[in-house]
Amino acid sequence: MSNQKDIVEPSYLEYKGKYKGIFSWILSTDHKRIALLYLFSILSFFVIGATLGLLMKFELIAPGKTIMDAQTYNAFFTLHGIVMIFAVVIPGLPAVFGNFLLPIMIGAKDVAFPKLNLFSWYLYVAGVSLVIVSQFAGDGPPDTGWTFYAPYSFRTAGTMLPAVFGAFVLGFSSILTGLNFLVTMHRMRAPGMTWLKMPLFPWTLYATGWVQLLATPVIGITLLMIVAERTLHIGFFDPSLGGDPLLYQHLFWTYSHPAVYIMILPAMGAISEIITTFSHKTIFGYKFMVASVLAIAFVGYFVWGHHMFTSGMSGTALYTFSLLTFLVAVPSSIKVFNWISTMHQGSIDLQTPFYWAMAFIFVFMIGGFSGLVLGSLAANVHLHNTHYVVAHFHFIVFGGTGFAFFGAMHYWYPKITGKMYDTKWANIGLVLFFVGFITLYGPMFYLGFKGMPRRYFDYDEVFHAGNIISTMGSWILYSGLAIIIINLFASLKGGAKAPADPWGGKTLEWTIPSPPPVENFDEIPLITKGPYDYK
Amino acid sequence: MYSTTATDASNFVSTFNTSYYFITGVAVILILGLTVVMLYFVFRYNKKKNKIAIQNEGNTRLEIIWTVIPVLLALAMFYFGWAGWKPMSKAPKDAINITSTARMWSFSFKYENGKQSPDLILPVNTPVKIKLISLDVIHSLYIPAFRVKSDIVPGREKMMWFLPQTVGVFSLYCAEYCGLRHSYMNSTVKVLSKEDYITWYADSSKVITEANSAAPGSEGLKIMINQGCNACHSSDGTKIVGPSYLNLFGQKQVVIRDGKEVTVTVDEEYIKRSIYEPNYEIVKGYPKDLMQSYKDVISADDLLKIIEYLKTLNDK
Repeated sequence: MSNQKDIVEPSYLEYKGKYKGIFSWILSTDHKRIALLYLFSILSFFVIGATLGLLMKFELIAPGKTIMDAQTYNAFFTLHGIVMIFAVVIPGLPAVFGNFLLPIMIGAKDVAFPKLNLFSWYLYVAGVSLVIVSQFAGDGPPDTGWTFYAPYSFRTAGTMLPAVFGAFVLGFSSILTGLNFLVTMHRMRAPGMTWLKMPLFPWTLYATGWVQLLATPVIGITLLMIVAERTLHIGFFDPSLGGDPLLYQHLFWTYSHPAVYIMILPAMGAISEIITTFSHKTIFGYKFMVASVLAIAFVGYFVWGHHMFTSGMSGTALYTFSLLTFLVAVPSSIKVFNWISTMHQGSIDLQTPFYWAMAFIFVFMIGGFSGLVLGSLAANVHLHNTHYVVAHFHFIVFGGTGFAFFGAMHYWYPKITGKMYDTKWANIGLVLFFVGFITLYGPMFYLGFKGMPRRYFDYDEVFHAGNIISTMGSWILYSGLAIIIINLFASLKGGAKAPADPWGGKTLEWTIPSPPPVENFDEIPLITKGPYDYK
Repeated sequence: MYSTTATDASNFVSTFNTSYYFITGVAVILILGLTVVMLYFVFRYNKKKNKIAIQNEGNTRLEIIWTVIPVLLALAMFYFGWAGWKPMSKAPKDAINITSTARMWSFSFKYENGKQSPDLILPVNTPVKIKLISLDVIHSLYIPAFRVKSDIVPGREKMMWFLPQTVGVFSLYCAEYCGLRHSYMNSTVKVLSKEDYITWYADSSKVITEANSAAPGSEGLKIMINQGCNACHSSDGTKIVGPSYLNLFGQKQVVIRDGKEVTVTVDEEYIKRSIYEPNYEIVKGYPKDLMQSYKDVISADDLLKIIEYLKTLNDK
């Protein structure tokens, strides 16, 4: 890419479209601008969710009331869960980095349906707003937990219907994004880019797309059943109408478990990109990496029952779900082996994104193995619904998706903004974040093992020490987070100009200027080699 | 408050341990091993030491090895989990039967001879089968020291069983989120020697409590402790979920009836209505639909004893 062309073609940030100011963003159909719309919405919700979490941890520093009463605490963990799951981690990587990078990485000018893409963002905003507003629309504050379990959730007047409707709207945003990405990958890969020449991040988005497309409609069906129950009094879930609360749990987890894979698959994709780039080495076992992504997406549909081991399913159902839960861990372990093997004999450039990737592998292993403990029937009976579960899913969802998100943020930041960030502060933030993370969630494994149930406003003295350490961890984590975010914003102004390829990456996004021009490529590239060609 | 972990507190502690420590052991070895290997690679193949990477696209034999070994490990982990769980599904025939009734936010336990208790009193080394009933939402009976837990789903008949193996006092919690006072929905498990249990079981009074049985109204207090009334109503003026009993009897109370404010006097009829049809009138400032009817639970005789107790709470 010559410098001349850089000057002729304006970047997507400078391009003057039909609209001015804020409208040039919220009415833009450019996949890169839409990605940033998602980024800022998701970051805002993330900060809200994290602050709720910080306050909850402060409440738990001692038994009894510390700074809030039980009702407020219950409202906080409900909102924390809803905001973090539905507004942050489910859209997280696909909507931000998928939107920005998928078309570029496969050599396309945009996604297949740019207007639909913008519409998906509006659906996202509408859905999240509905869910949050609904929590305050009923008689009392929200207090159902993010899982809305029946029949408790039916007793809290009014809030259930709009909340699930919000989730339904969000679901459409998810379905349309998935559909858009799938069509883009099927129809718009650059000439010569066969399926097995496609980089791994797009591959994970491909698998995610199918999960979004096939699992999300279940939440729609659940909504219709809730509507029928609330308005026509047809008993589906409420035992007082002759319904079955377990049916609700099945339907809820049939969507919400695959949703975990919507969160983690693109995270794995981003980590694969980072590791290969900074090792200056092609990914080890590319085909096995692709196969394991598809295997996780496929088997991931059939493990939802492991959320319900103590609910009262039949023995056969328990065995099947337990066995499948163990098997879904195998492709994840294959990925870990391949990531580490990629480092072997590499020429490793220790930059911030690579540190994030290493931290990701570490916390992801802990999260994964604690998931196996929970997948074991005998162990689950004791640990289910304790702090052990809270620790496990924060290691997977926050440790997995969150670490990958920040890793991806630091990896693609120069490409997205055209600026370099301050590496020293980025690394200080990372270290604090990592130490805080382990200190916050590590003790929860112990607390759960000792028998402290989750969603407890108050607790017995035996659980005090663990909670003190955990609360202190939340302070360290939060300060790390603040440093990371402030550093990235400060670098927008003060950072040095980023070259087209600051890290020596080989995928297509590094062949175009930073920030990319409006149309991405002057000429659609012709692909002749594999995605990670370092020879 | 009480112990949540004890060696051999129940027959399910050892099966839990097998499963838990096997998986955790494998996990610790693999996590540490892989982390050390990763750190070594990062150190050994740093670009300062290794200027040019040696390209290697993969190795099918290695991939097969590290697919097969995790599959075998996963199957072994599954097996221990299954083997430990299997005995939980079927209670022995000679188990004593106890019915546990859960409601927002208390447990009560009923024995075969009709005896009731807010605590779970058990004989050591005797299998116990608990029938689980919920009157409102999903709860979960959890005894950490015994490594047992079962959700209690309204409208479904469920059971759990275990064999207490150590004399002692253990904590019992509700483990499924059930609303405002979820974290206060707990109880105590007291495992007695067989002799002590027989003495307790044979005691004809319906409950054991610390209350002074000679004091006026003590019978009523016992009934209320049994039914878990104090989970939501205090007797010292504190507002928990419902109104306090302190200085209640004979007072004027503003209630909402059919959406209108009405002032009523708290008399015997009013207390009866409040217990049998709790949502007919709601004291102003309190949420409705939280309390269910005790019509089939508290007899007319017991009701009189409760009223007698409430009268003792005036002008303290």
